[in-house]
Parts: sequence; structure tokens; C-alpha cells
Amino acid sequence: MTARFLRGTAAATLAGAVALTAAACSNPGSTAGASGGPKDSAVVGIAYEPETLSPLLGYGKDGNSKIFDGLLAFDADMKLRPALATELPHIGDGGLTYTYTLRDGVTFSDGAPFTAKDVVFTYRTILDPKTNNASRTELDALKSVEAVGDDTVVFHLKYPYAPFAERTVHAIAPEHVVAKQDVNTGAFTTEPIGTGPYVLTGWSKGEKLSFKANPTYWNGAPAVKKFTMAIIKDDDVRATRLRAGDLDGAVLPPNLAAGFKGDKAKKTWRAKTYDYRTVTLPTHHKVSGDTAVRRALDIAVDRQAMVDKILEGAGKPAYGPVPTDSPWFAKGTERRHDLAGAQKILDEAGWKPGPDGIRVKNGVRAAFPLWYLSGDKLRQDHALAYVSDAKKAGIDITAQAGTWEVIEPRMKTDAVLAGGGAPGDPDFDQYLLLTSSLAGDGFNNMAWYDNKAVDRALQDGRRTNDLTKRRAAYDTVQRELVKNPGYTFLTHIDHLYVVNDAWDGPSTQTEPHDHGLASGPWWNVETWKPKSTGATKK
Amino acid sequence: MSHSLPWGAMARMTGRRALAAVPVLLAVTLAVFAVAEASPFDPVKAYAGTAGLTASQENLDQLRANLGVDRPLLTRWWEWLTSALTGDLGDSAVMRRPVAEVIGERLGWSVLLAVTAFLMAIALGTLLGVLAGRRRGGLIDRAVSSVAYTLEAAPAFWLGLLAIWFFALKLGALPAGGLTDTASDTVTFDQVARHLVLPALVLGISQLPWFFLYVRQGVGDALDEDPVRGARARGLREPTVLTGHALRSGMLPMLTLIGSRVPELITGALLVETVFSWPGIAAATVQAATSVDFPLLAALTVLATAAVLLGNLLSDLLYGLADPRVGFDG
Repeated sequence: MTARFLRGTAAATLAGAVALTAAACSNPGSTAGASGGPKDSAVVGIAYEPETLSPLLGYGKDGNSKIFDGLLAFDADMKLRPALATELPHIGDGGLTYTYTLRDGVTFSDGAPFTAKDVVFTYRTILDPKTNNASRTELDALKSVEAVGDDTVVFHLKYPYAPFAERTVHAIAPEHVVAKQDVNTGAFTTEPIGTGPYVLTGWSKGEKLSFKANPTYWNGAPAVKKFTMAIIKDDDVRATRLRAGDLDGAVLPPNLAAGFKGDKAKKTWRAKTYDYRTVTLPTHHKVSGDTAVRRALDIAVDRQAMVDKILEGAGKPAYGPVPTDSPWFAKGTERRHDLAGAQKILDEAGWKPGPDGIRVKNGVRAAFPLWYLSGDKLRQDHALAYVSDAKKAGIDITAQAGTWEVIEPRMKTDAVLAGGGAPGDPDFDQYLLLTSSLAGDGFNNMAWYDNKAVDRALQDGRRTNDLTKRRAAYDTVQRELVKNPGYTFLTHIDHLYVVNDAWDGPSTQTEPHDHGLASGPWWNVETWKPKSTGATKK
Repeated sequence: MSHSLPWGAMARMTGRRALAAVPVLLAVTLAVFAVAEASPFDPVKAYAGTAGLTASQENLDQLRANLGVDRPLLTRWWEWLTSALTGDLGDSAVMRRPVAEVIGERLGWSVLLAVTAFLMAIALGTLLGVLAGRRRGGLIDRAVSSVAYTLEAAPAFWLGLLAIWFFALKLGALPAGGLTDTASDTVTFDQVARHLVLPALVLGISQLPWFFLYVRQGVGDALDEDPVRGARARGLREPTVLTGHALRSGMLPMLTLIGSRVPELITGALLVETVFSWPGIAAATVQAATSVDFPLLAALTVLATAAVLLGNLLSDLLYGLADPRVGFDG
């Protein structure tokens, strides 16, 4: 009986395998070279195209570029590890100097050796005001950079800046190529040459970027020999082409990703992110500037409902820019949905319900406008949910759609449904969002938040490398946000990817707000290994 | 046709049109700069992209100065114009590359797509139009006309999605997008040909109803005219009547249509290119417009204007050839 059972199973498995193979063969859209054999190429669909591939103009600033390497790199848990440097930097002079020793024997894809000169050239060019780099502010702490011999680089800072090492994941450009070109429009911006695991073989703008494995990569040649990123802006088209077998993986919104649940050959990856949605509560508005109103809104809003309904479960409630599962999150600062509590706060602060149910205090009606980016469905849904939650507490918010050109001049007094998020260091988001001196500086501190205790804690947090002190500083910031929220943080949004289950190695990194080229399960495509396909597949 | 073409008259008309095009093109580029100046879009924000959301004001101001977008409108236009006349179209801010390169690598693919679609629409539209016009109210006429009216109302991107769903997904017969197989780097003829089918079909189909309806009307009307009735009365065979008499006058309205469809073709191509990830000029145009990328926008506008003017010239030339009474006055 056992033998018969085994035989039956084997036959069934065999039949299944044949059916699978047949299905693969009959699909002409399939890009697998030889069906059955291990795949050494991968094609993924992404939504955004980079403007440039030049690190000097901002590409690869957050590390993990396929074409370039930084001195350091982030691993899956966003911990720093050495890349072009042999080890983490030596920090001296009270946090003012960072010294890196460079890896030996690394070459650019054109064969030229990588040296300290390239590092110095890269950072100096970015700091040069003539270079059109919009991310220069991120290197604000950097005063100068110098090479000591061929294999040592020293960075000098203007002030001690704890997360500086995390900025040195920035991609390094080759001096011998770029120095001869116009840095802003030269050929290098579209024909990059780097030290990374892949070499760009073609960039058909608006269509795709093609890469081939760099056979002389210092960290070992990748097993996925060909890698292609197809640029498909429309979500539906991306899902369709994934289904048609034209793509091996793609980024998808939650509702379209759900359509692949039953597909055994594909796996859905849910990347945790720092990508938050928040409502700015401008201090310059009579209603949103009132601490009682801000505190009431903070607990009147039903975050879990937003996660369940708007994000279809792919996300989590947010109480600040730091996600609740980050080691930097201050435990105990979660706010429960408490409508009665919100009403009590407003009652006690003198906001009494008027004849239409909207609260009034000293003749001021509890009403203000909330802007969201037109065309952004996710932001619109968040804004409308917020409006409806606020209404229950007696606050009348009017949601209005507009482009940034319309919204920006009003940011000082009107609320905005904003998004952002940079993983890595707690300084990155919090400093720009909350520092009072940055109020109204571009899109920084859009709410004009002004809290001396927070300002002090943010300075303390960035100027020391002592982990305990840093943790205490960011705990203070998060606890202050409970007492006086300058924003109502709503959700952190998971990014969803559907990928053929044909490789060992895909994983996800904690992702930032924008879906860059490096986001997605293919952040580490250079370490993927083809799965051996066979009848044992379950 | 046995008699030779009136080359001289045609050349004179072309010359006159070319002269007239100069002030038109000048005015159009100036208008582009003026409209872009008045638009609420900020070129610096567009250039910076998401990085601009965390950039300091100082950083943004520096970018504004580097990109030269803070200078007066007329200065920028004049500089653009004078350097364009020497062959230097400037640098595209949004593409981070010289404008000539951006256009050079994309234009060919757009032209290929548009021309294929256009020829298909004309050929198919004429054929179906003649068939339907011959017997108005007949089965072919009723079937094709109702489809044509439906197609007239169907947006090109919707047709595109429908075509992908049916041909790529259900039948698996044709690729869903791109210029070549997504995994392939080399551009080969048969790859491009296979990938061209769906976008060209969709773009062509979206243009088809106009040609069909015009030809149907023209042929139908011509068949009712006296010369045709006379020809029939003389006992000429039906095909001769159709091609020699009815088609010739019935085609006239369509020849003007060819020129006037060019702007529609350009906007249609824009949507179709987006749906099929076709690496043409359309995506660049949208990006140039929303980013207020002056050099790229101006160059693309000149191109589009030239295409429209050429289209008009072409239809007038054809009209003049088809109906000598009209001539080549311009």
C-alpha cells in the first residue's frame, strides 16, 4: 500500500512537472532562455526612470546602485558594512574627521584602477556650487575631503555629525572619465562607468535599462548575468506584462498585487519602509496651531482603519517619522484611537460645539483646509479619511487637491497631506521635519514646528556618537511630539513586489519614500542564485 | 497617369510655404517661451525631483542660477534662437543631455510608429470606405460604420490596454510593449517589427474612422453625381466607374484630411507610446512641458509645428494633383 501510494505520488508529481514545463513552453512571452534550465537573466518592471545615472548629480546617493559602489553599503537590516572601504571609518577629533582605508585591487569597468583620487573628486564635485546636484544639502556637514596616498581618504566636517558615515554610501565616480566632461550634461550622465556588480549595456529612455554582470567585480561576479529594468509607468500595464511572462518581477500597488495571490510560481514581497504619510499642522494657523486641537486630532484619527481600508493591510500606523518596528522608536508613544478623549481635550480647552456641530472658541470656528497632491490616489484617500475622523471630533477640515505649485505658497498656514521617509538614521527625517530654524526652508519643516526642547534634542542627537545619548535624545523628540504634535502621522506604507519564484536570494531592504532603482527584492540581485528546477518543486 | 506632374507649380508652392513658415516658427517658439514662463510649473523643482523636497533654499537658489532660468524671457529666447541657428540646440535640463541627442535617439522611433500607423489607417480606411460607399445602407456599410463611430469615441490608451489584454495576454501572440524583447539588448529588424505591430495597429485604428467616414461619404456622393451616372449610362464597367470617376472625386476630401490629421496623430502617438513603453519622442515632450525645460520644449515645438505645416503642404499638393481645378495657389 505504501509502495502504491509512493508510485501514485511520483506519477502525479511527474504529471504536474510535465504540465508545468508544457505551460512554460506554450508561453511565447516567457523570457527564459531555455525552459527547465536555471535562469541567468532577470527582467523587472519599475515605475520610475532616473533622470541621470551620474553620482555627481545625485544618482546612488543612498547607496546600493547596481553600477557603482560607495565607500560603505547598507545590508538588509540597514546596518553599515564596508564596500570600497576595507572597514568602517575611523572617527577622530571629537567626531570631526572620518578616515577610510580603501580596498586594494578594485577597478572600474573600463579597467582603470580605483583610487583615493576618485573619492576626493566625487565629493568635491558634488560640493561645487556649479554642479547641478539637488541633494547637496545632505552633505551639509562636510567641509573638505583629502586623499592621503592612494588608499586613504579623510573627511573633515564643519560640526560633529553622527550619521555622517551613512552618507558615505554615496556612489563613487571615476575621475579619469568625468573630469574631461561637462559634469551636468556630459556623456557620463547616461553612459556611466563604475566599480559596481553590473555594467550598463543600454539605456533606451522611456523603455528600459539593461545591465550585464561585471565579470571582474571585486566581490565576485554575479550569477544573474543579465539584468533588465523595464520602465512601465502605468500600474495596470506593469501587472499585465508580469502576467504575460514578459517580466520576472514588478512593483505593484496593493490591489494589483493581490491578483497574484493564487499564482504558485510567483512570490509577493512586502518591503518594510520608512515611507510615511502625515498631515502638517501649521503653527501659523489659528486652529491647527492650537496645541489642544493638534493633540485632539492626534487621537481622534483611526490609523488602524486607514491601514486596513486604504492600504489593504500593507502598512502600519505611524506616530512619527520613525516606524514602530524601528529600534529607534520610543516605546510607549503609540496613540490609541480615542474619540471620547479627543472630545474631552477640546471641551477642556474651550472649543465648544456650535449649532452645526463644529466647535467654536472665541468666535473662531474649528476649521482649516487640507491640501493633497492631485492625482495621488493614496494621498487623497488618506486626506478624506482624516477629514472624516476630524469631523467626528467637531473639527471641519476641507480637503482640496492641487499641484505642488499651488500648494507650496500656502504651506505656512494651510495643512498638507505630505509624504517622506529616509531609512538609515533617525536624524535624516526628524531634523528636517522638526527643527525650528528650518521652518519654511524649501519643503523642510512644512508645519513651521517650533519647540525648543525638540530643537535641543535634535542637536544633541546629531552631535554625539554615543549611542545611549543619541537614543535618549530621539526618545525626547518622540515624547515631545505626543505633548505637542506638529503633524498628525498617519501610516507607514509597505511597498509590494511580485517576483517569479525562480531564485534563491531575493529579500527586501527597509525602503525610503521614493521607489528608487535600488528598491525592491532585487536590491541584492548580484547575490541571487538560480533555483535548480525539477520535479521536487512543491 | 500618363501626363507628367506639374513640377514647377508644385515647387513654387513649396517655396512660398517655406518662406511663410519662418515667421510662424519664430512666433511659435516665442509663444512657447512666453507660455512656459507664465505656467505655474517651476523648472528648478522639476529638475530637482524628489531631492527638491529635502533640499535647502540655498541649494535650490544655486540650481536656479546654474540652470539660467532666472533670466528674463526675451534674453533666454534670443539666446536659444541664435544658438539654435548655429546648430546648437542647447542642453536639456530634465534629461541632463544635449537636446540634439535626446531628439536624435527618439525621433526615428516615433516617426516609424506614426508613419506605419498613418499608412495603415489611410490604406484600410480607403478600402473600407470604398466598399461601404459603393452600397450605402448595405451590410458592409452598416457594420463598418457602426464600428467606426464606436472607435471614434474610444480613447487610444484604452484601445492599447485592450489590445495588450487580448493579443499579449489571452493569445500570447504579440509582445506587450517595448521596442525589443525586454531581456534583449540588441535592436534587430524582426524584433522591432514584431513589437511595432500592436502600437501601430492601435494608433492606426484610432485614426481609421476619420478616413473611412470621409471616403465613404465622398465615394457615395460621387456615385450619385451626373458624370458617374453618365459613365454608367455609357456602359462602362463598374470597376472603371469606381476607380476612374467616383474614387477620384471621392478621395478629394480625404486628401485635405491627411494634413489635418497630423496634429491628432501626434497627440495619439503620445498616449500610445506611453501605454506600450515605446521609446519615442512623446514621453520626452510631456516631461519637457511639465518641467519647463525650455531648450527641449522649444525644439520639440518647432518639430511639431514643422510636421503640421508639412502635413498641410502635402495635402494641398495632393489635392492640386487630384483635382487640377484647384491648382497650386497656396
